[in-house]
Amino acid sequence: MTAAVTQDTGTGGVVGTRMRRREDPALLSGEALYVHDIVVPGALHMAVVRSPYAHARVLSVDLSAAVAMPGVAAAFTGGDLAGEWATPMPCAWPVTPDMQAPPHLPVATEEACFAGDAVAVVLARSAAEAQDAAGAVAVSYEELPAAVELEDAAGDRVLAHAAGSSNRAYTWELTPDPAAVQQAFDSAAVTIKERYVQQRLIPAAMEPRGVCVVPQPFGGEYTVYSATQIPHILRTFLGIVVGVPEDRIRVVAPAVGGGFGSKLEVYPEEFLCLALARRLRKPVRWSEERSEAAQATIHGRGQIQEIELAADADGHVQAVRVHLLADMGAYMQLVTPGIPLLGAFLYHGVYDVPHYSFTCTGVFTNKTPTDAYRGAGRPEATYAIERAMDALARKIVVDPAEVRRRNFIAADKFPYSSVAGLVFDSGNYEPALDAALGLADYEGIRKDQERRRGEGSTKLVGVGISSYVEMCGLAPSRVLASLNYVAGGWETATVRMLPTGKVQVVTGTSPHGQGHVTSWSMIVADKLGVSPDDVDVLHSDTAVSPLGLDTYGSRSLAVGGTAVAVAADRLVDKARLLAAHRLEVAPEDLELSGGQFSVRGTPSSAIAIGALAFEAFTAHDLPEGMEPNLEASATYDPTNFTFPFGTHVAVVEVDTETGKVELVKYAAVDDCGNQINPLIVDGQVHGGIVQGVAQALFEEASYDADGNLLTSTLADYLVPAASEVPSLTLGRTVTPSPSNPLGVKGIGEAGTIASTPAVVNAVVDALSHLGVEDIDMPLSPERVWRAIGAAAHGTGGGR
Amino acid sequence: MRVTVTVNGTTESHDVETRMLLVYYLREVRGLTGTNIGCDTTSCGACTVLLNGESVKSCTVLAAQADGDDITTIEGMAAPDGTLHPIQEAFREHHGLQCGFCTPGMIMAIASFLKEHPSPSEAEVREGLEGNLCRCTGYHNIVQAVLAVSRSGELVS
Repeated sequence: MTAAVTQDTGTGGVVGTRMRRREDPALLSGEALYVHDIVVPGALHMAVVRSPYAHARVLSVDLSAAVAMPGVAAAFTGGDLAGEWATPMPCAWPVTPDMQAPPHLPVATEEACFAGDAVAVVLARSAAEAQDAAGAVAVSYEELPAAVELEDAAGDRVLAHAAGSSNRAYTWELTPDPAAVQQAFDSAAVTIKERYVQQRLIPAAMEPRGVCVVPQPFGGEYTVYSATQIPHILRTFLGIVVGVPEDRIRVVAPAVGGGFGSKLEVYPEEFLCLALARRLRKPVRWSEERSEAAQATIHGRGQIQEIELAADADGHVQAVRVHLLADMGAYMQLVTPGIPLLGAFLYHGVYDVPHYSFTCTGVFTNKTPTDAYRGAGRPEATYAIERAMDALARKIVVDPAEVRRRNFIAADKFPYSSVAGLVFDSGNYEPALDAALGLADYEGIRKDQERRRGEGSTKLVGVGISSYVEMCGLAPSRVLASLNYVAGGWETATVRMLPTGKVQVVTGTSPHGQGHVTSWSMIVADKLGVSPDDVDVLHSDTAVSPLGLDTYGSRSLAVGGTAVAVAADRLVDKARLLAAHRLEVAPEDLELSGGQFSVRGTPSSAIAIGALAFEAFTAHDLPEGMEPNLEASATYDPTNFTFPFGTHVAVVEVDTETGKVELVKYAAVDDCGNQINPLIVDGQVHGGIVQGVAQALFEEASYDADGNLLTSTLADYLVPAASEVPSLTLGRTVTPSPSNPLGVKGIGEAGTIASTPAVVNAVVDALSHLGVEDIDMPLSPERVWRAIGAAAHGTGGGR
Repeated sequence: MRVTVTVNGTTESHDVETRMLLVYYLREVRGLTGTNIGCDTTSCGACTVLLNGESVKSCTVLAAQADGDDITTIEGMAAPDGTLHPIQEAFREHHGLQCGFCTPGMIMAIASFLKEHPSPSEAEVREGLEGNLCRCTGYHNIVQAVLAVSRSGELVS
């Protein structure tokens, strides 16, 4: 259900309509091919032997039994493969000049640093034979002490890397005016100090990873099929690490079954399959098992947050001070160290706060590396400030909605220069709050809450608010430079009209569920005045789309979609010149409507854009100096991030006898500027919300004291099912972004960013009269039940 | 051992390893890759197919156990002319899929569920689908699609 304020696009076109997705028939019929579905004759299957220890010295690896097994073609230790690597695996975001990043090889040679670190590989005719043989590889380990728990690791009691000097990888600080922050806290009428734990999460895209590398041994070329979000970035790093010239590598991301950041990565198995295909001159493939994925694919979150607010007696926040410990895991993966910093600028949330201090220390542990997971730094920031605002509301005894209103950045302050150095492009926060409270029936819930409390009910009701803003649409290249990121943030597009009037769009984005084919075809259809059915979108193959920066960080529409729109405009400009030539009028006398260029005032004098495409193709009669064909390209580098916002309201019922939390109602009002396809926006919000709810209530990557992962299957790691979440009530406000010509903002991560604190605030709200102020996520029945008991005994919290 | 299985109306006999799971039989022997493998603990439901009309997770059935049986996979749902099955059509109409990886299993589970519960409540739909995980949609639009197709009466025939 969408109670929406939808924009009138005024175009009479398809943009802004709930057009069904063009991607769907192939996916619905089973016709779509994921990596695992691609049949390659003669391919060798790789199995990876992984350390069962969180930290161990690899004393010896005996492959002899494995290579004698049926079907086995070869097996290699880390040492055998050391010569394959031109460099260790990359970290693309060295956030400080002195950041520590221990060398990370695709297969460890001497020291395994997490349970799951590769120590050998086996190749065989079939996956089953490779796995059987992997079990016969005899590895002798000397187990080393492991740095497991984050705060303990930060104290360097145990070093995660034997050769390291400290587990502290870096400390990054953003404090524009330290004296002013201190002054604000010294003079504050009210201060709040909270400590929150962001548990580790397993991204759990439904498709595990997979790679298949097909060499052409005599041409020296390689086609790499990978379940990746980033075919272009992967191509570059494959070239750098494996030492194959980048122009010899073609990366194809076929149908990809979800990513959520976990496939925004360059992984050992991708380098391995390429290096082994080169070495063996045969196709090499690997398909990840789910329980393998839990260890070998990156985790998300993993932070301990301290947040302090200084406020006046009315709850106007004067300063925010934040200290983070961020769990890097065992190695720096592609953008591991930068993830907490994607939130660094947002710990004051949607509030007009004059003073700010943020410090983050990245810490190595002997656990699976962390990296981007849906929201990446911004859910953590939003969680901390939105939980803290509720704590402030309780302290000054003001309704949590009211404390938010008092602090919102006023609508007339946009574009808003934030204390952290950002310029929020556009915003209007209060209408979204009002709409969300209305959709949730906030007043009615408050009455029900009072009634149940008065009756002494064991089924208490709580309501939680989360007002959020995020920075997304990664990213202006110059801003990335200032953050020490090694690449830019632009995106490319080409639009070409073929001789028959059909249109091809080539994009550098790489969709894996987001519906780019549909949305990009809608943008171009309206620009050219053709049917979206006549517009095809080509993507995710570096041979077709040679330049691009792929899909993550809610960037695809705001950056890639803009590039598509700009390229389409350029194509129209060229077509207009040709039309003017054919109709013998000045270009500015022509108008394009319904796919026809016609002379203003003389509509009978017209020519269809499709006809112009044919004219441009034959090139028999072009204006002097015009090149043949209707094709145009654009590379768009955004001038700013986009700043979507909104308010989410969660309503929970908490059973005080069992601790069970039921999410009974959820209302979300989001503002992502103009919407190309509200149907797709709804879907992104729905899925995002449930992933954030999952962090609040269900999911945690749990380790034992020795660093063994306890939640390595989907039977142990509780990805929610349909029965565990409610239907969602969505609304929208529309505040176009001035940062791009489409007026759009990202929406892929907003739901996840907003929902986690809404749910936890709701549970704390339900129990606040009992004295409960915090419960660590996930809010399992046991933790909630213990929190109620502890509060009753005056021993505080629910940790 | 030799098994004879009817898949989407076509009967074939093949020699298979006794340990071969039905999902690998469908994918590798019959070449039907629409049925996906999402886990190794029978948790995710991506591999759901119909066995004699009832949904099963094909990672938990041996090919040998399906000897003589009638299997329907996602490839058998649309009409030969490409017309989508009403459940597939409802998924498209209601945006019940994003990456599409869970979708084949989800649709097969729904086909079986709706046969047993032709007019389900929303709560019954959610309970009925709890063996099939989706990471993209938050289930909202999947549930809407199921309710819509059940109300349309298109499956009553």
